Amino acid sequence: MTSILFFEQLLNGVQFGTMLFLMSAGLTLIFGVMGLINLAHGSFYMIGAFSAALIAGLTGSFWLALLASLSGAAIAGVLIEIIIIRRLYRRDHLDQVLATFALILLLSEGVRWCFGAFPLFLDIPSNLNGTLPILDNLIYSKYRLFIIMMGFLIAFGLYILITKTRLGVRIRAGQNDRQMISALGVDISKLYTIVFALGASLAGLAGAMIGAIQSVEVGMGEPILILAFVVIVIGGIGSIKGALIGSILVGVTDTIGRIFLPEVLKIFMEPASATSVGSSIGSMLIYILMALILIIKPSGLFGKN
Amino acid sequence: MIIEKFLNKWILFFLLLIPILGFVLEEPYYITLTTKVIILGIAGIGLNLALGYCGLISFGHAAFFGLGGYVTGILSFHALNSELMFSWPFIASGSSNMLVIWPIVIITSALLSFIIGVLSLRTTGVYFIMITLAFAQMLYFFAISWPNYGGEDGLSIYMRNSFPMVNTMDPTTFYMICLFWLLLAVFISAKLINSSFGMAFQAVKQNEERVKSVGIETFKVKLLVFIISGTITGLAGSLYTDLNRFVSPSVLNWQMSGEIMVFVILGGIARLYGPLVGAAFFIVLEQTLGVYTENWQFWLGLILILEILYVRSGILSLFEKKLKYEK
Repeated sequence: MTSILFFEQLLNGVQFGTMLFLMSAGLTLIFGVMGLINLAHGSFYMIGAFSAALIAGLTGSFWLALLASLSGAAIAGVLIEIIIIRRLYRRDHLDQVLATFALILLLSEGVRWCFGAFPLFLDIPSNLNGTLPILDNLIYSKYRLFIIMMGFLIAFGLYILITKTRLGVRIRAGQNDRQMISALGVDISKLYTIVFALGASLAGLAGAMIGAIQSVEVGMGEPILILAFVVIVIGGIGSIKGALIGSILVGVTDTIGRIFLPEVLKIFMEPASATSVGSSIGSMLIYILMALILIIKPSGLFGKN
Repeated sequence: MIIEKFLNKWILFFLLLIPILGFVLEEPYYITLTTKVIILGIAGIGLNLALGYCGLISFGHAAFFGLGGYVTGILSFHALNSELMFSWPFIASGSSNMLVIWPIVIITSALLSFIIGVLSLRTTGVYFIMITLAFAQMLYFFAISWPNYGGEDGLSIYMRNSFPMVNTMDPTTFYMICLFWLLLAVFISAKLINSSFGMAFQAVKQNEERVKSVGIETFKVKLLVFIISGTITGLAGSLYTDLNRFVSPSVLNWQMSGEIMVFVILGGIARLYGPLVGAAFFIVLEQTLGVYTENWQFWLGLILILEILYVRSGILSLFEKKLKYEK
């Protein structure tokens, strides 16, 4: 019984991790290429979820809604990059943190203005509803499996994009030496806009997919944004491989820790206090993990110094 | 700079005028509002030492603000219920006397900033921003899931903590207490900045390698600044709990860290009164915009972005007379 529960929670952790990856891949790319700390990345997660809910409400199609989340977040990303973000690349981290913090206020209130304060709901399409037997006693939600699959598919797609295409070559070159590639005639500001829009659309897609399990509401992006930052710091800022491994690590640690820490503590303590201590430490676990990793490796697992 | 000093005198004069104004207009609400500005200003003055003068961009000062708040809340919670806090290794009971609470807040905040500082200062740049954030989030989630002191709902204390001989429930009295701490925080900052230690930590902001090369141990310098900074912010947190007679996990939230940072930048980074001006601007904006629109945060965000993109060096810089050779 416990091993079944464990596997189920492991899958939950991986599912959570793949969504974190969609968020952190964009965040880490944007930091790696443009050197920008983007606190407003969570807002694209929210914008994606709201675009999806809007289109799903109009057309009733989940697939169109997913498409809308990608394009809605990408359009918002392009606009915001051109109007505001572009002016921040040369500024120091402090200005970037503050400007994007202000951007969160602006975008969250803007969305609340348009859609109202009540949460919206996105329905899972009927063919992804229900469960699928994986092992003998283990059945698992089809939709969550779909999320895991999408996450890995996108990770693979990103890998191809970064390593095998011309755009990928430019992105990698941008990470190494910004001035050099603009000197070599690459339109750097266009490249920046593309990278920013790519990151925004991935976040938007994550928002729509998670929005179907939870609810679509203002402020949904910020908790996951903080986790995405934890991920990229653990993985090493700028590294997509680090983001993937960090995401899975954080997703699994968080899910497993919250469930099993109280159980483990019950061996040593009385049940009531084990539950409260376990759940409070469980929710701090990923931050403890991050602090430990940074203390041992100050630039993350795959970061270059 | 001369104009800034002149302006600072006016700010002080205005702060002393507030209780009289509140008394004449019979609006104790203004006194309470200004008290809030002062407390948040103290928190900002604490952060300004690390962030403004030493270049340590801490995104986790809510940890200290919240710790001060919770220590105060917990001590007075136990005093009001006349329960012991713990009986091992020594017997400790709560207290609702500010003169007992403040030293405890100062010691615990200093200890927490020492721990966070020692661990975080090994990193630099973005990693430092993120690890300080992580520590604050750790405390935040701990406060949410620890049921003894209210968990997510927070902890109410029904009476403001007491101060010998005076009635702290009176808004003007409490205002004066907070004003005293503000002046002390400004005084300490000013003394530090002009000391040789201050020269060292301001030099670290400009070029750490060079400071190292003249034989100063920059790690110790940064750690000490971080501890002083965290302690001042912790004390502000204690006053904030007393002001609201309530403390909840939201004071530990990363948005709190962001707001304290906003006060510092908005007023003008590395300026003695900058955080106070920033906090005042923020609160006044919140109050006035809140009257006209529910979506005041939208306009706040817009104003902040414009400020960062175009004014750049804070509100106080607007009052600075530009010299001819400056651009």
